[in-house]
Amino acid sequence: MPHNPETTMTEPRGPKPSKSFSRRNIIIYGLLLLAVFYYILPLYVMIVTSLKGMPEIRLGNVFAPPVDITFEPWVKAWGSACTGLACDGLQPGFINSVKILIPSVVISIAIASVNGYALANWRFKGSEVFFTILLFGAFIPYQVMLYPIVILLRELGLFASLGGIVLVHTIFGMPILTLLFRNYFASVPEELFKAARVDGAGFWGIFLKIMLPMSLPIFVVALILQTTGIWNDFLLGVIYAGTKNFPMTVQLNNIVNSTQGVKEYNVNMAATMLTGIVPLVVYFISGKLFVRGIAAGAVKG
Amino acid sequence: MAQSQRPSSLFRNLSAKIAAIPMILTALVIFVGCTVWTVVYSFTKSRMLPKEDFVGLMQYERLWATKRWLVSVENIAIYGICSLILSLVIGFVLAALLDQKIRFENTFRTIFLYPYALSFIVTGLVWQWILNPTFGIQKVVRGWGFEDFTFDWLANTDYVIYAVLIAGLWQGTGLVMALMLAGLRGIDEDIWKASRVDGIPSWKTYLFIVIPMMRPVFVTTLVIIAAGIVKVYDLILAQTSGGPGIASEVPAKYVYDYMFRAGNLGQGFAASTMMLVTVLIILIPWVILEYGGKKNAS
Amino acid sequence: MKFKHTLAAAAVALTVGTANAADIEVTHWWTSGGEAAAVKVFADSFNAMGGDTWVDGAIAGSGGVARPVIVSRILGGDPMGATQLNHGRQAEELVEAGLMLDLTELAEKEGWRDIVRPSSLLDSCTLDGKIYCVPVNIHSWQWMWTNPGAFEAAGTEAPANWNDFVAAAPKLQEAGIVPLAIGGQPWQINGAFGVLAVALGGTDLWKAVNVDKNAEAAGGAEMAKVWEAFGAARELATGSAVEQWNEATNLVLTGKAGAQIMGDWAQGEFSVAGKSAGTDYDCLPGLGLETVLSTGGDAFYFPVNDDAEVTAAQMKMASMMLSKSVQVDFNLAKGSLPVRGDVDLSAANDCMKKGLAILENPDNILPDGTQVLSPDTVQQIDDLLAEFWATASMSAADAQARYADLIGDAD
Repeated sequence: MPHNPETTMTEPRGPKPSKSFSRRNIIIYGLLLLAVFYYILPLYVMIVTSLKGMPEIRLGNVFAPPVDITFEPWVKAWGSACTGLACDGLQPGFINSVKILIPSVVISIAIASVNGYALANWRFKGSEVFFTILLFGAFIPYQVMLYPIVILLRELGLFASLGGIVLVHTIFGMPILTLLFRNYFASVPEELFKAARVDGAGFWGIFLKIMLPMSLPIFVVALILQTTGIWNDFLLGVIYAGTKNFPMTVQLNNIVNSTQGVKEYNVNMAATMLTGIVPLVVYFISGKLFVRGIAAGAVKG
Repeated sequence: MAQSQRPSSLFRNLSAKIAAIPMILTALVIFVGCTVWTVVYSFTKSRMLPKEDFVGLMQYERLWATKRWLVSVENIAIYGICSLILSLVIGFVLAALLDQKIRFENTFRTIFLYPYALSFIVTGLVWQWILNPTFGIQKVVRGWGFEDFTFDWLANTDYVIYAVLIAGLWQGTGLVMALMLAGLRGIDEDIWKASRVDGIPSWKTYLFIVIPMMRPVFVTTLVIIAAGIVKVYDLILAQTSGGPGIASEVPAKYVYDYMFRAGNLGQGFAASTMMLVTVLIILIPWVILEYGGKKNAS
Repeated sequence: MKFKHTLAAAAVALTVGTANAADIEVTHWWTSGGEAAAVKVFADSFNAMGGDTWVDGAIAGSGGVARPVIVSRILGGDPMGATQLNHGRQAEELVEAGLMLDLTELAEKEGWRDIVRPSSLLDSCTLDGKIYCVPVNIHSWQWMWTNPGAFEAAGTEAPANWNDFVAAAPKLQEAGIVPLAIGGQPWQINGAFGVLAVALGGTDLWKAVNVDKNAEAAGGAEMAKVWEAFGAARELATGSAVEQWNEATNLVLTGKAGAQIMGDWAQGEFSVAGKSAGTDYDCLPGLGLETVLSTGGDAFYFPVNDDAEVTAAQMKMASMMLSKSVQVDFNLAKGSLPVRGDVDLSAANDCMKKGLAILENPDNILPDGTQVLSPDTVQQIDDLLAEFWATASMSAADAQARYADLIGDAD
């Protein structure tokens, strides 16, 4: 960690504020609070709406706090909202999402870290070409590749299986992750690397003994990016995972888009929040590490 | 920045190549292979299933004569440019504000960053709900007594894309802020001290010294934002479904709709090839600049 | 197909495990109240036959979301047991590629040719003389659903046809009632346009445009009247800011809107809400001007499967779907008409009876838009009509010119 926020924070950046209600402070906090309003508003609306009953939603406005707090929508969204004949709510999707998430995150990060390491420290003829192609891959719309990948997975016998969806997530996560790891490993001091070479350590030896122990921050970044990306994926899950593995987002779509009579906004909002809880928790826990990891990984070019 | 004398060329190693096999396979089979496949079939008359029935540029002629495609291209251009500029500006300003030795930095940062944890589907749904003229902000403000207040971007064909932008920025600027903050924290303290000694106002220090030093951060950020823009699909689907009418259609949705809903793969492939070409036109100069420069440095 | 499907867990538990039983996953996009009730008829009847189990694979979001999933699964070698698709040209290529089960033998044994009416439904399932799908219902688009109460509240009479309705519209607007409720999704706008075209332009014009793809007719003076009326409808619908069709139906049902142009499946929503035809709501086939109905509908296809047990179960399901009692119960729930003419429909309500009476005369029967136009053409017309509908400044004449081009290029 070359730049620890704690140490840099001890030095003020601008002119030292003389009193806490200086004009400067008012402007800074004013702007920040304005931004907070923009970022918090949707979360507030989601929570408030999910706690109201339908009659109250129809009469009141979106921002009014609930008069009669009810947890019914949450219960329904989790366990009994219907799509067609199945009235299981989001529950089955949650387990499927976990089953997709864990292997996908582990495998994609394992592969991308080794890739990044090879690209940064063991360049071979053509490695930059492959990396460039990989980067282009980050920009190719998924739609372009949906079709051929269906055929590819069919030939591999992985279509509509857990293995298939894990493979697809690994592939699509590779460009950005490889970029992050490559940049991170490239910033490791040359001397360390050379010393290890002199001691006779090989490709894997250096990776495991020197690189891994010092790369916690970038692993945290990768973990967060992948967790949110994979958890929130809808398109790949609905096409490649197969009905028995449908992730939670597919169930969310099903609940939100099946209206039986009127739209139950409160259930939709509760379902929406339930679906978002896993990545949100990951963020709230590791937000600080995330910024630090980014400082270490993404910032160096 | 690139350190001089990488050992790479000296220690050519088999393990490195073996380790890179997954990447090479992905690059060649998926990104090159599937893309080439798509480009080839864009010259065919494939309907629901791919067929080798070549028709030259027919799909492209039809594509560029289609109003919906033109609207889609215009929308992604507006959305792309606005989102790129505003993400960078808002992200940087927020980061700079957070970097002023303020109280509750962690709280502020978490608040700005949490939307990034939510999917575009969720983002689209919530903002559709807030911006909906019949029960969202418009109704609330009218309820306060401003009867003439109108804020109906979602229902307005001219402004709907900006309503999508509001939602997109909400979701994505937090990440940009985090990247920028990381960049700011990476700036050497001495630079600040020096500029203070010289009496340079802080805004000038930011603009002329700090930002140029943060070039790598801006590049990474740009890549991440731009990659997201090209793929904008879920957000539109959840927030507007392309409506009202076709006013908020985007290319990725055109591709999807024509491939799967209309069962016209050829047309969808042609549209996706155009997206790809655009990406290449934008990316190639950047790649040449980046890597051309690096080669000279090392 | 031997996986323990989570969604099916409940259903599996209920079934007595017999030998040679197969789980048949059925994909469909029927998720509204009336639709779900109709699916339940199928599922219950199938499960009651013993042995095999109906595994419900509903995918919400209508055909646009569900169809790619369905098609990619069939292509990807993970076929479901059975799947809903609309009649007509949607599955054409899948059948040609040999991915669908040939039902000809069963059809001959049960004499589908003799019982399915109108015969065009079975024709849509037929390729090279072989039958590949089971038509389960007849849906017609040409209906306007009105709420007489809403007109009364506005101090005017409930309309008997489109012209009355247009005349009464200002009164409705004065009373704060939206005259015409139409969801914002393009297929609904396209549907309403088709209904107006038949009702105001007549059957011959409709056929010239949609069947013969005559660009001149599409751009002609007769069609211009239809476009003018469609432009007027656009104004009458201002203020109905809903997306889905059943939300629009709900506006009519609750008296917030006067009328909706929508296919007969809208009736499923009225009956789920406990409303009765003739009093709480009324229906005007052909907008009260032209007594024709199109006969589109839903059909079930059975993807080819290696497992003999599954194939046997598929045949069983196909047969069940066409059986007399299932046809009656299913269609009453769905608001559609049965495909067999030999069933007892005394339970049908007034609106369904009106529909049945119209279908008695073969001259009144139109093919459905999806049977005569390719999905590609339908999509392009969807795009055009959606643009027109949302863009108040777009003139009917401009839109018509582009429409004529699309029809001219249609295949």
